[in-house]
Amino acid sequence: MAEVRVTVDGVNYADEVEPRMLLVQYLRERLGKTGTLIGCDTSNCGACTVHLNGQSVKSCSVLAVQADGGEVLTIEGLARDGELHPVQKAFNECHGLQCGYCTPGMIMAAVDLLGDNPDPDEGEVREGIEGNLCRCTGYQNIVRSVQRAAQMMKPGASAPTETPAPVAGD
Amino acid sequence: MIPAKFDYVRPSTVEEAVSALQQGGDDAKIIAGGQSLLPVLRLRLAAPSVVIDLGGIPELRRIAEDGDRIAIGAMAPHHDVMRDDLVKEHVTLLSQATATVADPQVRHRGTLGGALAHADPAGDLGAVALALEAEFVIAGSSGTRTVPAAEFFVDYFTTAIGEGEILTQVRFPKYTGWSTHYEKFNRTAQAWSMVAVAAALRVEGGSIAEARIGLTNMGTTPIRATGVEQALVGQPATADSVRAAAEHATEGTAAPSDADAAADYREHLAKVLTGRAVLAAAG
Repeated sequence: MAEVRVTVDGVNYADEVEPRMLLVQYLRERLGKTGTLIGCDTSNCGACTVHLNGQSVKSCSVLAVQADGGEVLTIEGLARDGELHPVQKAFNECHGLQCGYCTPGMIMAAVDLLGDNPDPDEGEVREGIEGNLCRCTGYQNIVRSVQRAAQMMKPGASAPTETPAPVAGD
Repeated sequence: MIPAKFDYVRPSTVEEAVSALQQGGDDAKIIAGGQSLLPVLRLRLAAPSVVIDLGGIPELRRIAEDGDRIAIGAMAPHHDVMRDDLVKEHVTLLSQATATVADPQVRHRGTLGGALAHADPAGDLGAVALALEAEFVIAGSSGTRTVPAAEFFVDYFTTAIGEGEILTQVRFPKYTGWSTHYEKFNRTAQAWSMVAVAAALRVEGGSIAEARIGLTNMGTTPIRATGVEQALVGQPATADSVRAAAEHATEGTAAPSDADAAADYREHLAKVLTGRAVLAAAG
């Protein structure tokens, strides 16, 4: 067994874990943070994306012990004081999901992207989320959501207004 | 799936890591960023008895100028390498190729040294290290030794790193002012290269004075396209002369056939992509 001390969504934890425990298992099975999903088991799909020390990572490809001493942010820690994060709001507004399975990972990847590049063009959004697969192939509205979030997060931007969700083929 | 059980150690110096590796023997495995190793462990294609994590040795992440070289710690993550100002200025080709590796999440964890030591022939960074004549600093129980890139890549997933040894640093000569491009061909986002070409040129008075060309996934190791290099030198960087030189791109290659591409298609790609890489580099 190995010790892991980690801050997850602002709360400190200290646990004994098997070294082989993946970060995603630790989050889901130990901490009950099932908002982070397991998709592919091959590091491809990005459904399990969380932030480790401020950077997006695939939590199926990090051992829990490797996160020792670190800070983890999951989809469950994104909203503040009951207020959704602008990227969450934008996914809601622009209907950036179909079945929703990829959504937590997509949102965490998008938050990382926008932290790095606050005003990405469409190509940069597609590159920025290339580590995340949507098996519904619903990328159009996902890209729109990320760009909408970028607008909402601009300094001085007004509160988001309700706009009709674009529909397929729009 | 979940990896098979293993013991885990996280040494805080290279010496401790070497000693842990020697104690662990054949069944010990080094983990750098883990972006290749963890999938392998999860699929149970490997089951080491002990995993030695180099993540606790901060000096291995350093990127620094060292005389006429840029010395990059083996644990420098791809994300850091591609954005580092020294790398961008003096080893631009490495920065460009690293930006094409996998996806942002993998680039945050994956490391230069890990990728090179893993030596997947479809990996993007081996061709760059080979073409740019990088040196590999390898630590063992009797100190460190330096291996030139031409001797580092031995075979499929096999390098000159011996038992009980650890890659600690990769040193690139400065190519300040060279014109460079990494041309990668793959089918989908985040996919490995079917074939890719690393090109660095020193252009003087409109003609190519020096050329370095490396090929990804055209054999069991990265391959230096010396025939192309020789044919380019002294030529103007025009479409016709570059295309003629690129015809040499398959010399000395042994392209694999797999689900992505047959060998003859890869040979075709090597020539076409070499032309594109050189023309893009020459601007």
